[in-house]
Amino acid sequence: MTVPEPETIALEGRPRPAVATSAGASILRPGARQLAIGATLIVALAAPLVTQNFITFQLTLVMVYGLAILGLNLLTGFNGQFSLGHSAFYGIGAYTTAILMNYNVDYYWTLPCAGAVCFVVGFLFGLPALRLQGIYLALATFALAVALPQILKFQPLEPLTGGVQGIALMKPDPPPGVPLNPDQWLYYFTLLVLLVMFAGATSLVNSRTGRAIMAIRDHPTAAAAMGINLPLYKTLTFGVSAFYTGVAGALGAIVIQFVGPDSFPFLLSVSFLVGLVVGGVGSIPGSLVGGVFVLFVPNLAERVSTGLSGAIYGVILLLVIFVMPSGAAGFARLLGGRLARARQSFAKQTTGRIK
Amino acid sequence: MKELTRRSLLAALPAAAALAAIPARAAKNYGPGVTDTAIKIGNTSPYSGPASSYGTIGKSEAAYFKMLNDQGGVNGRKIDFISYDDAYSPPKTVEQVRKLVEEDGVLLVMSPLGTPTNSAIWHYMNQKKVPQLFVATGATKWNDPKHYPWTIGWQPNYQSEGHAYAAYILKNKPDGKIGLLYQNDDFGKDYLKGVTDGLGAKASMIVLAAPYETTDPTVDSQIIGMKSAGADVFVNTGIPKFAAQAIRKAAEIDWKPLHILASVGNSVGATLKPAGLQNAKGIVSDFYLKDPTDPQWKNDPGYLQWVAFMDKYYPAGDKTDAGNVTGPSLCQTTVQVLKQCGDDLTRENVMKQAANLHNFRVPMLLPGIEINTSPTDFAPIKQIQMGRFDGARWQLFGPLITGQAPA
Repeated sequence: MTVPEPETIALEGRPRPAVATSAGASILRPGARQLAIGATLIVALAAPLVTQNFITFQLTLVMVYGLAILGLNLLTGFNGQFSLGHSAFYGIGAYTTAILMNYNVDYYWTLPCAGAVCFVVGFLFGLPALRLQGIYLALATFALAVALPQILKFQPLEPLTGGVQGIALMKPDPPPGVPLNPDQWLYYFTLLVLLVMFAGATSLVNSRTGRAIMAIRDHPTAAAAMGINLPLYKTLTFGVSAFYTGVAGALGAIVIQFVGPDSFPFLLSVSFLVGLVVGGVGSIPGSLVGGVFVLFVPNLAERVSTGLSGAIYGVILLLVIFVMPSGAAGFARLLGGRLARARQSFAKQTTGRIK
Repeated sequence: MKELTRRSLLAALPAAAALAAIPARAAKNYGPGVTDTAIKIGNTSPYSGPASSYGTIGKSEAAYFKMLNDQGGVNGRKIDFISYDDAYSPPKTVEQVRKLVEEDGVLLVMSPLGTPTNSAIWHYMNQKKVPQLFVATGATKWNDPKHYPWTIGWQPNYQSEGHAYAAYILKNKPDGKIGLLYQNDDFGKDYLKGVTDGLGAKASMIVLAAPYETTDPTVDSQIIGMKSAGADVFVNTGIPKFAAQAIRKAAEIDWKPLHILASVGNSVGATLKPAGLQNAKGIVSDFYLKDPTDPQWKNDPGYLQWVAFMDKYYPAGDKTDAGNVTGPSLCQTTVQVLKQCGDDLTRENVMKQAANLHNFRVPMLLPGIEINTSPTDFAPIKQIQMGRFDGARWQLFGPLITGQAPA
C-alpha cells in the first residue's frame, strides 16, 4: 500500500457528507435545536447575575472541565484514539499560564500560548502514538500522565515551576469600567472562550477534515484506501485535542489561582474519561454535561455520606451508565426519536379517524 | 455660613460614626457565622483519595465538637463544625473552602489538612481575611505572620525538627559523616534544609543526601550508597513505608550508624514492626504528642480523658492511630482561642487571640510542652523531646528541645 501524496489528500480526502454520522446528527428539528441553543445561552448569560459568587465560580469550573473533555472528545470520540494522558495536557496548559503570568504576561495572552505549547507537545506525542492502538495507546498516554507531576518537581526546573510548592496566581480584575466582580468577569471570559472553542470544534467536525478524522475512526483501512493520510490526520488530531485541553488547563489555573504538581494527578485523566462517557462519546454539547458530572457528582456523593462518598459515586456512575448507555447525548437522541415517533403515530391515528 | 455648616457637618460625620461604633464594640461583636447560640467552623479533610488515611483527623474533630456541644459548648455557644472532603486535591480544596466561606459563611477554617492543599487556599484566605487556623501540616512556610497574617501553623515544623537532629548530632557525634534520606518533595526538603541550617558551618558533615520518590519500589540503593560513602550517622526522614525499608536494609548489610528517625516515620505500628523491632533497637527519634500505644501513659489523666472521649464519641476510631490524638488536640487549641475571644467573635479578634496564646497546655502533648504564640510567632508548638527505641517501645530521654522558630 502506498502512502498518498499530500496534494492528493486535500482532493481525495473529501468524503461525501454522508460520512458524517454521529457528529452532525441533529437530535431535534433544526428550529427546535436553535431554540435549545438560544435558551441555554440566555441562561448562561444571566446565571452569574442572579447567583452567588461561589456558584458562579463552580459554573466557571464546569465550563473549564467541559472544555477539557471536549478536547478528549475530539481525540477519542471523533478519531477513535484512546488517551489516559489528558491530565498531562491540562497540567501543561495550566503551568504555561502560571509561568507566563509570573512573568507579568496578561492572562488573556497566556491562553493561546498554553494552547500552542500543548499543540506541539500533543503533536509530538502523536508521532510515536501512531504505532500504538487501543489499550496500548492508552498505556502510553498513561505514562505521560504519571510522568508529569514528577517532571514538575524536577530540581533543575524548580525556578520555573516552583517545584513542589507550585505557583500561586493573582485573580485578574475585570477591565476598567466593567461593572462586574472578578468572579463574574472570569465567568464571562471563560464563557466567551468556550463559545469560540465550541464553535471551532463544531466547524472542524463538520468540515471535510472532520469527516476524514471520523472516517479514520470508523474504518482506518477504508479511510486509507480513500486517500486519507492517516499519520498526518492522527497526529494533527492529537495536537488539536491537546490544544483544547491545554486551553482548559490555562483557564483552570486562572480560576483556581494555584497550580501544583498534586493538582494534576492521573486521576484527573480518569475524571475526564468519565465525563466523556457520561456526556456522550462523540457529542460536542455532551462534553459540557460531562463537565457538570465531573464537578457536581462527587459533591453530591459526599452530601449523601462522607465516609462512603467513593462508593456512592460509583453507584451513581453505574446508574448513569445503565440508564444512558450512550451518554447524555445518546439519551437525548433517544428521547427525541421517541417524541418524533409518538408525534407521527398520533398524526397517523388522527388522520385515520378523519377518514 | 452655608459653607461652614457643610464643612462642620462633614467633620461631624466620622465622629458620629465612631460614636455609633463604640457601644457595639463594648457589647457583643460578631463576625460571619456567629450567633448568640452557635459558631460555624469549617474544615477540609481528605476523606477519599490518596491521603484518606489522614481523614480520621477530621472525623475525630467532628466527634470532639459533638462532645463539647453536649457539655455546653464554648461560652454557651455550640460549635457547628462543617467538614468537607477535598480528596487531597488542591483545586477541590479551593472549591470546598470557597463553599465554606461564601456559602456556609463560617467564622474560620480550622486545620485544613495537607501542604499542597493549604498552599492552594493560602492567598484566598489572606485576601478574604478569613482565619486559616492551625493548619494540619508541618511545612515551615505557615509561620509567616508578616506576609500571611491570616494563616497560622500548629505542629512543630519539619525544619525545626531538622535543627533538633543537627543539635543532637553535633553533641553526640561531632566528627560524624551524615547520610540523609529524604522524600523528594516539600516536606522532605524542609527536613534537609533544617538539618543543613542546624549544622551551620559544619554542613559539610553531610556526605550523602539521597532523595527518593514516593513511587520508588525500594530505597535499597540509597542505603547501600550511604554505607559505601562511609556515613556513620543516618538521618532517616522517610514516611513509614520507606523508613521501614531503610531500617531493614541497613540491618541486612550490617550498617550500624547512629540512626535518627524523623517523627513522620516513628510509629511503632506502621514503621518499626514491619522493619523488625530487633533491627530498630537503638534508633533515636523526636516526639511532641503522647503516643497512645505507650504504656507509660496508662494512668495519665490526659490519656484517660482521651480514652473516655474515644470510647463514647468515636468508638469506630483506631486508638493506636496518632491522627486521633492530633484531631482533638487541634480542637482544644481552637477552643482556647474562642474562649479568649469572649463575646468579640470577629475574624480579626480570632487571629489576634490565636497570636496571643501563652503557656497553653493541651493534655495529649508531652509533659512540659506548652503552646505559645505572639504577633510575630505563628509556630504554636516548638518543643520536642528525643526518645530512643529499646526494642519494644520508645523511651523518652533528655530535656525538651526548642527548635528555633525561623523568622
